[in-house]
Amino acid sequence: MLAAIGIASVADLFVDVPADLRFPPLDLPPAMSELELQRELRRLSGQNANATTHSIFLGAGVYNHFVPAAVDQILRRGEYYTAYTPYQPEVSQGTLQAVFEYQSMIADLTGMDVVNASHYDGGTALAEAAIMALNVTRKRNRLVVARGLHPQYRAVLRTYMQSLNLEIVGDDDPTMSLDDLVNLVDEHTAALFVQSPDFLGKLHDLRGIADKVHAKGALLVVHFDPIGLALFQTPGAVGADIATGEGQPLGIGLNYGGPYLGIFAARQKDVHKIAGRIVGATRDMNGELAYTLTLRAREQDIRRERATSNICTNQGLMALAATVYMSLMGRQGLRRVAELCYHRAHYAATQIAQLPGYTVDLTQPFFKEFVVQCPRPVAAINATLRTHGIIGGYDLAQDEPQLGPAMLLAVTEMNSKADIDQLVAVLREG
Amino acid sequence: MSVYTSEPPLYELSSTGKIGANLPTLDVPTAPLPTHLLREDELAGFPELSETEVIRHFTRISQRNVCIDTVMYPLGSCTMKYNPKLHEEAARLPGFAAAHPLQDQSLSQGALALMYQLQQYLGEISGFDAVSLQPAAGAQGEFAGILVFRAYHLSRGDVERTEVLVPDAAHGTNPATAAMSGFKVIEVKSDARGNVDLDDLQSKLSPRTVGMMLTNPNTLGLFEEQIVEVSRLVHAAGGLMYGDGANFNAILGIAKPGQVGFDFMHYNLHKTFTTPHGGGGPGSGAVGCTAALAPFLPGPIVRQNATDGTYELFMPEQSIGRLKTFHGNFGMLVRAWTYIRTLGEQGLREVSETAVLNANYIRTQLQDLYPAAVDRICMHEAVLRGQIAGAQGIRTLDIAKRLIDFGIHPPTVYFPLIVPEALMIEPTETESKANMDRFIAVMRQIAREAIETPDVLHNAPTNAPVRRLDEVRAARKPILRYNAEKFAELRRGE
Ligand SMILES: Cc1ncc(COP(=O)(O)O)c(C=O)c1O
Repeated sequence: MLAAIGIASVADLFVDVPADLRFPPLDLPPAMSELELQRELRRLSGQNANATTHSIFLGAGVYNHFVPAAVDQILRRGEYYTAYTPYQPEVSQGTLQAVFEYQSMIADLTGMDVVNASHYDGGTALAEAAIMALNVTRKRNRLVVARGLHPQYRAVLRTYMQSLNLEIVGDDDPTMSLDDLVNLVDEHTAALFVQSPDFLGKLHDLRGIADKVHAKGALLVVHFDPIGLALFQTPGAVGADIATGEGQPLGIGLNYGGPYLGIFAARQKDVHKIAGRIVGATRDMNGELAYTLTLRAREQDIRRERATSNICTNQGLMALAATVYMSLMGRQGLRRVAELCYHRAHYAATQIAQLPGYTVDLTQPFFKEFVVQCPRPVAAINATLRTHGIIGGYDLAQDEPQLGPAMLLAVTEMNSKADIDQLVAVLREG
Repeated sequence: MSVYTSEPPLYELSSTGKIGANLPTLDVPTAPLPTHLLREDELAGFPELSETEVIRHFTRISQRNVCIDTVMYPLGSCTMKYNPKLHEEAARLPGFAAAHPLQDQSLSQGALALMYQLQQYLGEISGFDAVSLQPAAGAQGEFAGILVFRAYHLSRGDVERTEVLVPDAAHGTNPATAAMSGFKVIEVKSDARGNVDLDDLQSKLSPRTVGMMLTNPNTLGLFEEQIVEVSRLVHAAGGLMYGDGANFNAILGIAKPGQVGFDFMHYNLHKTFTTPHGGGGPGSGAVGCTAALAPFLPGPIVRQNATDGTYELFMPEQSIGRLKTFHGNFGMLVRAWTYIRTLGEQGLREVSETAVLNANYIRTQLQDLYPAAVDRICMHEAVLRGQIAGAQGIRTLDIAKRLIDFGIHPPTVYFPLIVPEALMIEPTETESKANMDRFIAVMRQIAREAIETPDVLHNAPTNAPVRRLDEVRAARKPILRYNAEKFAELRRGE
């Protein structure tokens, strides 16, 4: 090959690199064989508690849901995971059809019109909703954000918006009601952001607020839990303009924080303002049904600085996981999972509410997560739980200090009655 | 059954009452549901299938894809190298795949150690002092970088900087990122050798310059010959240098971006460090930077506690904030870590040497028929032009589609925008010489066909799951979700 290229040595390929900076040493650990690496990886992974070693009641935006074996069998197919973004539709029909089916099922689940091929996670989907709302409403400089939005989503939103000279209001006061938030929406507001179930697990009745928000020319953005949508009010039904969600509960493991799935859905009227890839159905030259990336004059490779977003790589394989998961569950399975979460969470809440010193508000509707006010600091309680192989709830001390010692407890179909009873027993013993 | 048999939409396979999952029965008393909050349609119309049907459906449609595991995939700028199977096992170990990101850090020391080590390795390979693994993809790494530049300037009371310089050859994410950050994009021309045009650069630098976004090797597949001078000029104007690391596969152990003048860069772990592309993602756009910019990095980042040696997450003091929830696409980090530990120093350098050797081999064997964008030694990709002498009415698109008939995924086409009829070929280091020879022979045959039997190219592909698509219909009458009536119309050709 050297001769064919017309050079004497491989080093000759790099003459453009400044000579004094060429071939720097790399101080890295020595190379390892596969079997040595397997051992080292097992050692490192073995140091982490996880859903196979512990009983987990921790949620706060990421949930330990059941993932049927069939999901990973599909994800392991090289045809999917070793392909690139489907730029060449003739040889990417598998990916394209799967994305189209993802878009279809998410549209059904959310009651929205159009869905894109994914964002990085729930937080970035929400931040992209803000960018879109600013583009749709034009020349507005205010976002109204509910405190019920996950604190990390609000942080991501602020990161994304930091250079844009905007005002973000509504989430500083924990006593603010939905009506108060709606009243903050004015003619400078691009959008109102709400989440249901909210960060603390509560379900909100969002009917009626869209009209009030639209009367000010603003958009309504609703962040949802995809499993919850099998049972509860959809963003579409309450008139949301944009719906975003964290898709992790749909067949994606905990993965120590990622990869997850940013779900983004909107209305037909705004389809040209949506970020990211969208797949459409069409025909080929022979009239065969086929799928392709479409409406691409929104994207960075075509529009450059006028694109709707800079997103390029997304979370394609995670969208496939969600698609396979939703297909396996189907209508009945999704509702069953949601019911299991709901009833087990309520069982756990009722049991814990009876413990001396523990308080749970059972008057407000919630789905799979709820706040437990505790007799002592949550860190101490969780330390005790750990000694029994239980990962307790999320400590709200940082985010909602006004609640006093309080933990956010998540219960899914993975937490059996026996697991819940054990948790309650350990809490009772203190 | 042929692998190319079409497969109906999932919705048309559905029949009421089926379920493809085996769920536990309810073992607690039921609680009353809040009736006013229920969804009214009870999810009517949602697909219902058995597990067998689901598996067949997704297996069949998978066979309508090509991928690295089946074919050569020389998609320039995307570094479609082989994805080792060990990595897939590694990321699925329960201690990684089933760990909750918010569990106590004392329960996550293995995961944090791995992240810490990866930060160290990436910093070492690129010559940077600090690394954040947070960004989810290259574009998000770019966004991080431009926000960090902004924060750095503001922290020094330098408030007038509003312009980001971007070469005309840049990837679309670069200008889109600058715009998303609220800055004005100023385009810088390339010169005849494919480098940044220094005169043009100088005329565009000013006290308004935030910095420059540069890919090196650049999107013509060339190492910037004047990189040290470009950096010097940008710095002299008070600007900072952003390195788009999409092409890092060319220079592992060959040059360190932190030593040639870059202040900040993103790594596409899903390119250089072979985390699989997943048909669109997920990726990881980890970022590295100089000590001066480190306080502004997005977090959380992992550090080692000096007293007890444990690992912990922290937010840099003046951080631009978090860009996504939690701490990066962790599953991708496990794969990248495994890759680096498999190769070590020598192995990584060989990756780049071989990637560059392969690209030059293809370039020299084809550029008599497909003129090179710039006639120079290239790095890991060869940018050629689909302008075959003597061929009439043949476009790069036709050449790309014809390659499909031979079981080769087309290269990147029409990028960079400054090269007419661009064909960007990146074989990567994992392609054998035999495969490259076959690719070269096929490309030469296509060049002959372009002259002798151009319709073969215009009609291509004919050996693929579908023929060329009606893209105009897709855009004019968009069908973006399943709808029985619209599909009936589509099938009737209405
Ligand atoms: C040169 C270049 N820059 C940036 C990007 C964006 O990276 P990502 O797709 O990971 O967001 C790409 C990816 O295609 C690229 O090729």
